[in-house]
Amino acid sequence: MEFKDYYDVLGVSRGADAAEIKKAFRKLARTYHPDINTGAEAEAKFKDVNEAYEVLKDPERRAAYDQLGKEPPQGSAGYSPPPGWDSGFAFSDSGGPDDAAFSEFFETLFRRDRTPRGGMGAARGADSHGRIEVAVEDAFTGATRQLSLRSPVVGPDGTVTLKNRTIAVAIPKGIGAGQHIRLAGQGEPGFGQGPAGDLFLEVSFAPHPVYRPDGRDLHLDLPIAPWEAALGGQVVMPTPGGKVDLRIPRNARTGQKMRLKGKGLPGTPAGDIYATLKIVNPKVETAQARAFFEKMSKEMPFDPRAHLGG
Amino acid sequence: MKKTKPHSTVVTTLSLQDLCRFCQADEAWVMELVQHGVLEPKGNSVESWQFMGRSIVRAKKARRLNRDLGINTAGVALVLELLEERDAVLRRLAQYDGLS
Repeated sequence: MEFKDYYDVLGVSRGADAAEIKKAFRKLARTYHPDINTGAEAEAKFKDVNEAYEVLKDPERRAAYDQLGKEPPQGSAGYSPPPGWDSGFAFSDSGGPDDAAFSEFFETLFRRDRTPRGGMGAARGADSHGRIEVAVEDAFTGATRQLSLRSPVVGPDGTVTLKNRTIAVAIPKGIGAGQHIRLAGQGEPGFGQGPAGDLFLEVSFAPHPVYRPDGRDLHLDLPIAPWEAALGGQVVMPTPGGKVDLRIPRNARTGQKMRLKGKGLPGTPAGDIYATLKIVNPKVETAQARAFFEKMSKEMPFDPRAHLGG
Repeated sequence: MKKTKPHSTVVTTLSLQDLCRFCQADEAWVMELVQHGVLEPKGNSVESWQFMGRSIVRAKKARRLNRDLGINTAGVALVLELLEERDAVLRRLAQYDGLS
């Protein structure tokens, strides 16, 4: 188990008062909120900040946490709390946002007082919410992906352990960013005879080296040779949906946008592909190629800087 | 680790009750979002409201912003609009990044 320095996470001193902690938390929550900050680390950071605040805002938890002291010296194999560290403290369990699993450190130390479920009656289990990153290619063809989930599980004695499970998720063909995949019965278990809740996964696209999705449309830069640009003609462009022919107009310019109707993400209607042309020069390495370019420079009256004046 | 059979469906349309459950919110809160124009359900009466695509994403985002940052409905409406504007600008910017 890894020790978490909650004061460090919030950037406050160990002597900070409640108002200071609240202020620091609010500022960091705004900065790292995953709906606002699209950076790769934002979500993890947001979770850390919430976890730290969950402990430090609560006088009982904070006092117990302070008892633990500082992080043990480096090199020790993981952290384990000293025996009896929490004697004299009683935690009221409030749970964090979405009641999602925090770090092992938090779950072990602060979430042990949950009573095992059961009792009278039957009720449906709570829904769980998560995110899944999907490759653009998978949205084209549909696919099945394994998703690892980590959720706190309450044992018969009331202790909480983090349990990993892997579920298969069918990525439906034509799924788009912002849509939700629902996995019936994969949420939290029900109470008594009640059914389990559902798991909802919000879809986003993994960054792709070539394609930039926008709704069902895909944007990409399409490199073309100078002669293809000058002479025009057909080029073959590979897409996740198969090869397509694209007609380059004569005297095509860099930055010119070509639209391939219906070749984007499948659906009704299917999206389009927008290819932005980019003229790429061949690398001149042989004497023959150099002679060719020299011939061009002599014979082609072309001043690319004519419009600059002067 | 037990592997379960894939059984996924895409969430396309939600009624008011479904949306409340989906967002863990109450009806009054959803109705306030409709009044602010954040959500645009189809249907003439509250009972026949159908929330689709963009409204579902927006409702969930709105709920998170409200819950995590304590932003009220008017603030959420503004934040969502600005975020959508920013995302459009970022996409446009990405188009020019590769061309230099």
